[in-house]
Amino acid sequence: MRHLLSISDLGVEGIEEVCRLADHFTEVSQRSIPKVPALRGKTVATLFYEDSTRTRLSFEVAARRLSADVMGFSVSNSSVNKGESVRDTVNTISAMGPDALVVRHRSAGVPHQVAAWTGAAVINAGDGWHEHPTQALLDCYTIRDRLGSLAGRRIVILGDVKHSRVARSCVRAFTALGAKVTLVAPPTLLPPAVDSWPVDIGFSLDAVLTDCDVVYGLRVQNERQSEALLPSLREYTAQWGLTVDRAARMKPDALVMHPGPVNRGVEIAPEVLDRPNATLNEQVRHGVVVRMAVLYLLLVADPNSP
Amino acid sequence: MSTVVKGGRVIDQIGERVADVVIADGRIAAVGPDLAGDQVLDASGCVVAPGFVDLHAHLRQPGAEEAETIETGGWAAVRGGFAAVVAMPNTNPPIDCAAVVREVLALGATAPCDVYSSGAITVGRKGEQLAPMAEMAALGVRLFTDDGNGIQDAGLMRRAMEYAGGLGVVLAQHCEVDSVAAGGHMHEGEWSSLLGIPGVPAEAEELMVMRDIALSRLTGAPVHFQHLSTGGSIAMVRAARGAGLAVTSEAATHHFTLTDEACASYDPVFKVNPPLRPADDREAVKEGLADGSVDAIATDHAPHSPDAKEMPFEQAPPGMLGLETALALGLTELDLPVAEVVALLSWRPAAIAGLAGIHGGPIAPDAPANLCVFDPDEEWTVDPDNLASRSRNTPYAGRRVRGRVRHTIVGGRPVVVDREIRP
Repeated sequence: MRHLLSISDLGVEGIEEVCRLADHFTEVSQRSIPKVPALRGKTVATLFYEDSTRTRLSFEVAARRLSADVMGFSVSNSSVNKGESVRDTVNTISAMGPDALVVRHRSAGVPHQVAAWTGAAVINAGDGWHEHPTQALLDCYTIRDRLGSLAGRRIVILGDVKHSRVARSCVRAFTALGAKVTLVAPPTLLPPAVDSWPVDIGFSLDAVLTDCDVVYGLRVQNERQSEALLPSLREYTAQWGLTVDRAARMKPDALVMHPGPVNRGVEIAPEVLDRPNATLNEQVRHGVVVRMAVLYLLLVADPNSP
Repeated sequence: MSTVVKGGRVIDQIGERVADVVIADGRIAAVGPDLAGDQVLDASGCVVAPGFVDLHAHLRQPGAEEAETIETGGWAAVRGGFAAVVAMPNTNPPIDCAAVVREVLALGATAPCDVYSSGAITVGRKGEQLAPMAEMAALGVRLFTDDGNGIQDAGLMRRAMEYAGGLGVVLAQHCEVDSVAAGGHMHEGEWSSLLGIPGVPAEAEELMVMRDIALSRLTGAPVHFQHLSTGGSIAMVRAARGAGLAVTSEAATHHFTLTDEACASYDPVFKVNPPLRPADDREAVKEGLADGSVDAIATDHAPHSPDAKEMPFEQAPPGMLGLETALALGLTELDLPVAEVVALLSWRPAAIAGLAGIHGGPIAPDAPANLCVFDPDEEWTVDPDNLASRSRNTPYAGRRVRGRVRHTIVGGRPVVVDREIRP
């Protein structure tokens, strides 16, 4: 594997390999000096065309813990504001010889395009509505850590699936590992042709709540209201919000997950986020070790492997 | 000085016959066996057809000369066997008044093919106020369209059709209901869902086809549907024609050769509007062309600079080249006799554009000498670096196709000889 553009690039074995490596880096993270020299002399560049806090920081921390040098590029203070094209920016950064380029862009497919223009390994850190593979990997790692395995687990992905790159990566990853995924959302927030996805579809959260193992909530954007996709956020919360009452009806060990940032009180009640079965902070922590695993896999592991 | 096209099989609306064609003074002088002329163009193994007519070419001038000019687009046209093209009005400034029509016609006068200007239906192609169609019609504009945009307001379209009916011109519609298309960038379906690219459903096109068929019934005015891309659209056009309405239509080459799956590469060269559709729609377009429901093959030739087509898929402009590959793709991909493909490229579009008698044959003495001579069996590989267009955005790079233009003659002048342009 030369790039990580989609969960499909990894397959089941690839996801499991990432999890095994993440186990190792978890052990590294618990040392007094949580750093290994695996990527010494290598450079990881981040190229973020969209605002991001946790993903960008997570990649940078992961790269530093592997002793890589980090080059940061953000749009707000760069030549992109002077009208430079993505290709020219990629050429410029590539000329500085990075080994990996971590790319986020508001349009689907940009990491695919970048991969054709650079000699560096490209990691998709989120492209439009398409994919966010490292998020799905850290989510798999979190579920595996809590529940042992994803095989046979019932996972409800709740909310704005249509506009969610996280949902597309998670569906691919969770189903690859044998989980049964149900999408629950108002029909206006489901993707087109969703019956071609390997998932069940539900309209009612209440109908699936009691026997699921994970509720994975997605962020609902305010503008969905003005696009006539929702009557109001109030109605959304009443019908699809993970309220305290609803959370109380979940199995005791069932997880509440969310990729962040959360619209507190809209998709999930604040009290629910503070319970021990809510994994949001673990997801962030696992993000670092999973991204260490991905960087290691792309930059150190056998370059001749497919 | 006369030219003889020797040894070919002549195909026009009269029929097929083996004959030589002699050209003198811009007109056909004689058609028959064993004719002689000062200059000989070898047509052995070739079809001699009326020069093709493209109802739908974006020549980009004025305004986007970095992508194409009327001259370079003209060379692309003749290399594809087209003797006439109708230039679309989405230029900058748009062709929405006599002054811009005059500029386009003046630039077209020096182009290697005949360039006809379309005119916008509304001022600035904004869909708000009727453009001065009469002053443009007086300069010879016969086809009006806001192409690139559909007319969203049904009441405005009704008035445009009534007004155009009095001028004897045809309104051509780019069928797309914007509120349903909702800013999509590819066909809405399984592929857009997987790829995470906002989609345009087939119904965004079909709703406007349905509406304009009703308006044609109401006004009695003709309407021409541009680049139909869905099975539903073609079924409605078929029914409307069966009911005797004055409805004509065209299909673009890419809609009978490519599908939305191509967008999985995220290469904006496959971004086009209307978008590439699934295989069922592609087959329906082929059937429409085969049974006559669709009158013409149009290219929707839409040059874009390499920079524009290296943008992210969702930001890149839609459109692909078409003039130099249309004939070969028609011959390769449509399961039709050669004469039918010729009809779809020549006399049928010529009639819609109001060019009968000038373009589209028949190939007979005294007719203007507009001819395309092509070898229907020659195989070749599409090479973006070997195109006459100023742009390179063909979606067919590396594709093996059959059927190649050998000579093109426009107004008696051989502008393509032995596959090469003659500037």
